[in-house]
Amino acid sequence: MLRLILRDLRLVLRQGSDATAALMFFVLCVVLFPFGVGPEPNILTRIAPGVLLIAALLAALLSMERLFQGDFEDGSLELLLLSPLPAEGVAIAKVAAHWLVTGVPLLIVAPLLALLLRMPADQLGLLVGTLALATPLLSLIGAVGAALTLGARRSGVLLPLLVLPLYIPVLIFAAAGLDAGLSGLSPRPHLLLLGGMLCGALVLAPLAIAAALRAAHE
Amino acid sequence: MHRFANPARFLKIANAVLPWAAGLSAVCFAAGLYLGLFASPPDYQQGDTVRIMYIHVPAAWMSMFTYSTMAVAAAAALVWKHPLAEVYAKAAAPLGAGFTALCLLTGSLWGAPMWGTWWVWDARLTSVLVLFFLYLGYMALVDAFDDPARGNKAGNILLLVGAVNVPIIKFSVEWWNTLHQPASVFRLGGPTIAASMLWPLLLMAAAFQSYFFAVVILRIRAGLAARRVQTLRLGQAN
Amino acid sequence: MDGFLSMGGYAAYVWSSYGAAAVVLVGLLVLSLTGLRRVERTLATLEAAKPRRKREPKAAPAPTATPAAETTP
Repeated sequence: MLRLILRDLRLVLRQGSDATAALMFFVLCVVLFPFGVGPEPNILTRIAPGVLLIAALLAALLSMERLFQGDFEDGSLELLLLSPLPAEGVAIAKVAAHWLVTGVPLLIVAPLLALLLRMPADQLGLLVGTLALATPLLSLIGAVGAALTLGARRSGVLLPLLVLPLYIPVLIFAAAGLDAGLSGLSPRPHLLLLGGMLCGALVLAPLAIAAALRAAHE
Repeated sequence: MHRFANPARFLKIANAVLPWAAGLSAVCFAAGLYLGLFASPPDYQQGDTVRIMYIHVPAAWMSMFTYSTMAVAAAAALVWKHPLAEVYAKAAAPLGAGFTALCLLTGSLWGAPMWGTWWVWDARLTSVLVLFFLYLGYMALVDAFDDPARGNKAGNILLLVGAVNVPIIKFSVEWWNTLHQPASVFRLGGPTIAASMLWPLLLMAAAFQSYFFAVVILRIRAGLAARRVQTLRLGQAN
Repeated sequence: MDGFLSMGGYAAYVWSSYGAAAVVLVGLLVLSLTGLRRVERTLATLEAAKPRRKREPKAAPAPTATPAAETTP
């Protein structure tokens, strides 16, 4: 399983395009907002959590379509499913690689962008913590959609339609936690709920991904 | 359950049920519409807009009923490879989407005169909207594959994922809503619902339910016939 | 009758709700019925054609390789 993660990471490092594209998308998406809503600091501070979260969500979605597609087309996914590693393990490894490639760079860039959006500096720790819980959830849920749409016609349109409604709870709790922090309340309950969802998704999402991958190969 | 697994036997039973369901639906619609539009009094707070409830509430009930039965059918299809289950799920989906759309639309039309707005980001409205998107996603996914069996399988998995998520979504938007805005005035007419309003409501609910059964039988028949067409075509191609 | 049609001043809302319900329910019914008819008709033609096809198996239209690859320099 670790070998599979490393293999995916090597592939990404060699090509490099997908990961940097998602990151660039995230940065540009956030930078566009001050042009859209105007540069008043109060408004920017107010909308900063939502903007960062939605940009992160869209960036995760953008890179998601390619998650299984390459392996599916060149047949290596079939080999992986035939290998002694159970399909759930393949699913976890692919999701972990996706998160390391797209989620972690996001965590590093997000505080800088938050400063551009006039978020108070003492909230940056909370922002990184929330994103650290939210981005793996986005990868897990998105991977279910990516596995389900393997080999579908118009999968590029289909994937957001399936995945975005399922992202709503993540968005709500992450935004509520950040808002609570901004207004001086404790973000703890929201983060705990987010953590609980992450634990649940860690168990259930690989099952669904594995079932979908097997279905794609029957 | 397994007694109905055989499509031929199912068709026999379904065809016997169909006229009764259709008839019951027609009778209930006639009685419910008469009671709802003529014989029931306007509400003392909401006036005649309360009559929208006789469409809105049954549609909301049916949207939930349809999704839960589809999720159960999806589980049956995945676990026991029940041949009818996925035909049912596929047949029921457009009906569920229709009920959900109707629920949202009439809710909007009720909200406009009563709350003064077409839409609020209330927990219930938002979760029903998400339910509508789940229906659309399922229908799009099932249709997106050249091989119908693959589409059905993917759709079943999505239905189960959605079944896990619907309670979470409901819970999360309820929580989110109470954090951001005061609870909105979501209640039926007065403190308790009067018998003069309960009867048309129940009749309309029965009408919607039997309408669903009648139409879903038609759609299942179409689905089974489509499968047969497909196997015949495959047989010819070889 | 006028009072009934005006619905206490809320005619637009009440009647458009009932209208929408009628459109959705009748529309789904009609779509389901036409879909069923169409499928049953294709099924009937296919089943009528089946025995004949079995006796004289249709020559599979094997896709012949296009000579494009050879003509290109």
